[in-house]
Amino acid sequence: MTRAGERGAALAWPALGLAACVLLPWYALQDGLGSLGWARELWNSEESGAAFALGLSLGRWWLLPTIACLFAAAITALLPLPRARRGTLLALCGAAGIACFVAQALGIGLRGWTADWLTGLFGELDGRQFGIGAGGAVAGIACVGIVASGLALRGAFGGDAFVAGAVAAVIASIVLFTAWPILRILVQAFQNGDGAFVPSLLLERLSAPKIWTLRCLLGGGRCGVAWNTLFLAVCCGVGTTALGLAFALIATRTGFRYKRTLRVLTVLPIITPPFVIGLALILVFGRSGLVNQFLEWAFAVPPTRWIYGFQGVFLAQLFAFTPVAFLVLIGVVEGVSPTLEEASQTLRADRWATFTTVSLPLMKPGLANAFLVGFIESIADFGNPIVLGGDYRVLSTEIYFAVVGAQLDYGRAAALGLLLLAFALGAFFLQRRIVGTGSYATISGKGDAGLPTPLPAAARRVAMAVALPWAAITALLYGFAFLGGVVKVWGRDYTLTLEHYVKAFAVEHGANGLIWSGAAWHSFWTTVKLAAVAAPLTALLGLLAAWLLVRQRFAGRAALEFATMLSFAVPGTVIGVAYVFAFNVPPLEITGSALIIVLCFIFRNMPVGVRAGMAAMSQIDRSLDEASATLRGRAPQTLAFVVLPLLRPAIVGSLIYGFVRAVTTVSAVVFLVTAEYELATTYIILRVINGDYGLAVAYSCALIALMLVAILAIQLAVGDRRLGRRAGPTQGARA
Amino acid sequence: MKIAPLAAIVAASTALASLASPAHAQGTVNVYCSVQVEWCTAIATEFQKATGVRVAITQKGSGETIAQMKAEAQNPKGDVWFGGTGDPHLQAAEENLTEPYKSPKLAELHPWAVKQSNDSSGKTVGIYAGALGFGLNTELLAKKNVPLPACWADLLKPNLKGEIQMANPNSSGTAYVAIATLVQVMGENQAFDFLKKMHVNVNAYTRSGTAPMKAVARGETAVSISFVHDGVTEALAGFPVKTATPCEGTGYEIGSMSIIKGARNLANARKFYDWALTPAAQQLGAQAKQFQVPSNKATPVPDNAPKLTSMKLIDYDFAKYGKSAERRRLIARWDAEVGGLPKQ
Repeated sequence: MTRAGERGAALAWPALGLAACVLLPWYALQDGLGSLGWARELWNSEESGAAFALGLSLGRWWLLPTIACLFAAAITALLPLPRARRGTLLALCGAAGIACFVAQALGIGLRGWTADWLTGLFGELDGRQFGIGAGGAVAGIACVGIVASGLALRGAFGGDAFVAGAVAAVIASIVLFTAWPILRILVQAFQNGDGAFVPSLLLERLSAPKIWTLRCLLGGGRCGVAWNTLFLAVCCGVGTTALGLAFALIATRTGFRYKRTLRVLTVLPIITPPFVIGLALILVFGRSGLVNQFLEWAFAVPPTRWIYGFQGVFLAQLFAFTPVAFLVLIGVVEGVSPTLEEASQTLRADRWATFTTVSLPLMKPGLANAFLVGFIESIADFGNPIVLGGDYRVLSTEIYFAVVGAQLDYGRAAALGLLLLAFALGAFFLQRRIVGTGSYATISGKGDAGLPTPLPAAARRVAMAVALPWAAITALLYGFAFLGGVVKVWGRDYTLTLEHYVKAFAVEHGANGLIWSGAAWHSFWTTVKLAAVAAPLTALLGLLAAWLLVRQRFAGRAALEFATMLSFAVPGTVIGVAYVFAFNVPPLEITGSALIIVLCFIFRNMPVGVRAGMAAMSQIDRSLDEASATLRGRAPQTLAFVVLPLLRPAIVGSLIYGFVRAVTTVSAVVFLVTAEYELATTYIILRVINGDYGLAVAYSCALIALMLVAILAIQLAVGDRRLGRRAGPTQGARA
Repeated sequence: MKIAPLAAIVAASTALASLASPAHAQGTVNVYCSVQVEWCTAIATEFQKATGVRVAITQKGSGETIAQMKAEAQNPKGDVWFGGTGDPHLQAAEENLTEPYKSPKLAELHPWAVKQSNDSSGKTVGIYAGALGFGLNTELLAKKNVPLPACWADLLKPNLKGEIQMANPNSSGTAYVAIATLVQVMGENQAFDFLKKMHVNVNAYTRSGTAPMKAVARGETAVSISFVHDGVTEALAGFPVKTATPCEGTGYEIGSMSIIKGARNLANARKFYDWALTPAAQQLGAQAKQFQVPSNKATPVPDNAPKLTSMKLIDYDFAKYGKSAERRRLIARWDAEVGGLPKQ
């Protein structure tokens, strides 16, 4: 880059930050930026003033150091300096800016100093701050950008400003919206009821026999909640991975005729609002359910309650999470290059030997990732244990009831949350150990790679035998659930009716056009809007993080990888409460807004995008990146024109997942919704609590239809990747 | 660096910032509503009609609401907490999350509602009451040839083995009311003896307080220990559910209302509070198919609602059993002596 160009680039961030300090109100406005009334008050109002005015004439002196740092960075950018020195100075200015920014934001709140020792040190402060608004946000982002560009000038991140900026953006956003709220709540594990810090409390809370007892093995009594959770999670991880693999193999490696149907069936559970499967399971397998009624009628077997407890939760989780495993695995199974398999067969290995010694080992990263996702989904799952758990306790429900139940004990909830995190951490490191450092790259730049080998007969039979009955039961459950929306009283009065749909989705012709008079419309449109905003951002951030983790080498990579998984491992309820705790008071006061819901969606659902992206990317040979670099493609170009097109399955996966999870999440957003921003799932759950299953199921079916449409739209918009492989007879019908 | 990414960042942050605009208008009141959703909506529209004050209503269970109030204590977002069982309201009063207020309407209320206010030094007031009892699936009991249980003692009979469901007091206020009731009816040691003996007949201690009644409705269990007004709702939905209140005497909950400490719209909160205690406001519950007994003496009571006068109610000591320490002690004892027992 030329000297002038370098200077211009270095100037961009400070200029942006300074502009925000002049042109945008620093604090959040009560009525938002939409009305533009703030523009007239930028220089004379304490509430909607810009940072310069606030700092110089309105008594907010604590904003000045940050502005000074931005100014210093701008001057550094303009001075004629050698590249490395400019970089060092910029990084220092940016870091100082961040420090000043954070210090004033945390130190001064709604009622002056936020801590007693600050008051003691500096005396009473005559002044207060509201939450950070547009000006403050842009200035903060600019400081982070300055640090990144400074480090890049010094030669870090391969000297690439884009990579530096991306790393900074990912780290900053994860620190702010994952680590900070979670740490805020976990600290409470060490605090007693009055907020005093008592470290020994954690030990006391975690050593309770209720958590660790092994009475169930000794006969009599129940096991501790920790063992229950672990056992369930391991079963669920293994089960979903096996089923997911079976489906992925059938979808890509066999001539099975109903692949499309199969694919829709595997996607169905993922787009189902959480309680539907549980309820359908009860209505089919419950004591008064179809199966038991039939057994009693035909063989006089007395109806039992076997569905409640471990079995029921395990079954429901298998139905719910196999699709996630499938989504993680399908890209990987497709990606295994036929070249190696053909090579193996050329060396006289039969299909079975090829499958077990070549194909399966190459899928190892995918299998390990699928297991990890299944394991973590299971320990964080809340909806199924609550409906089907009976007496079987797991950590997620235990935490929920520590927060909202009669105990109201945040300390205990936080301690159990820590335990859950520890399990997630354990699984994460185990997964890394298993995948190890081997190379799994099979997608390279070399042209035709041959035809995918059909599955060996034995493997095919096993896959079919596992997958088909499962698909049949899924179909049965959904048929039954759909029925719930069109009959008078589900499970009781099977007179056909459309009244539930009319109640939810009525549209009338009024004087001024259509009137959306149905009870569900308000929450429906809110959900669609927020999910549509959140999904692309989720996918973008997830894949960016995956690309950084797989392709870039920088210090703290493992820590970043773990941090991306953090929000996934913590149950939704804890996240919800943590968000309220962290974002209800300045500096970031965003509770009651749509923003907090969108952020919660993004950072809760990003991990799957990261996992899918990493699994897919570890298959793409680095030589493709290098080829791009040789042709003078810089990092953004390589990402956009080489990596992203090859990542299409992962993009589709994470977009779909981001959208679908945003539409179906309950526990995380229960504390974040308000009357204005009510979501479909919270509305549905209220109907269920009220016993109004008809409307709930009707609404769920409408949501399922919506999500199917969205999934098809995403598939069409992003498209398939073309791998330069011939389509063989077994490859025919790809969904 | 290029302009395009910068512009994109600015555009994105402004777009996100515009999402971050909490509703804020003059003349509103923010109500956390812990009764059923139709009831909440009816209250919002009717109060708006009567006074012109805009109501922003957020419907959540009472456990979730108090959890939220605790999390928001430094910067409260709600003004009034309407409905939900009385214990968490007393707990909120004890933890100083709510504000005392003496409504001029207090004189029109039933004594139990006024007592709730006195017990909490004016921080909460009763708006409805509901008795504890049994939910019974008549079809299942008939099939098993078991007469409908009418007394606590009936729950120990061997013909109900594995047929009773009750909630777990660790998580459910309803179950705690049941234990506190038994303690007051029988004396503490006898009550725990009773619970231990009943354990063989219990098939599950559910996490949620309303779950057992739903299980009764769907035929998953024959008997539940629940609030009887929930049974009326299920019966109206078409399920074979009957309710009974035990002959030895039973306890009840007092659904309550409190003003949140630090409420931003205090004047409107008080206006709402007074209005919610009038017969006009209280009959909205029955219209929304909720059959608790309203606290204003002049509120008409629908025919199918369980009548407190026809039951043997104990003089439930809310002041004593609403205290956190007593609650923790009884729950710990239940855990040690009953909850951990092996099945069979």
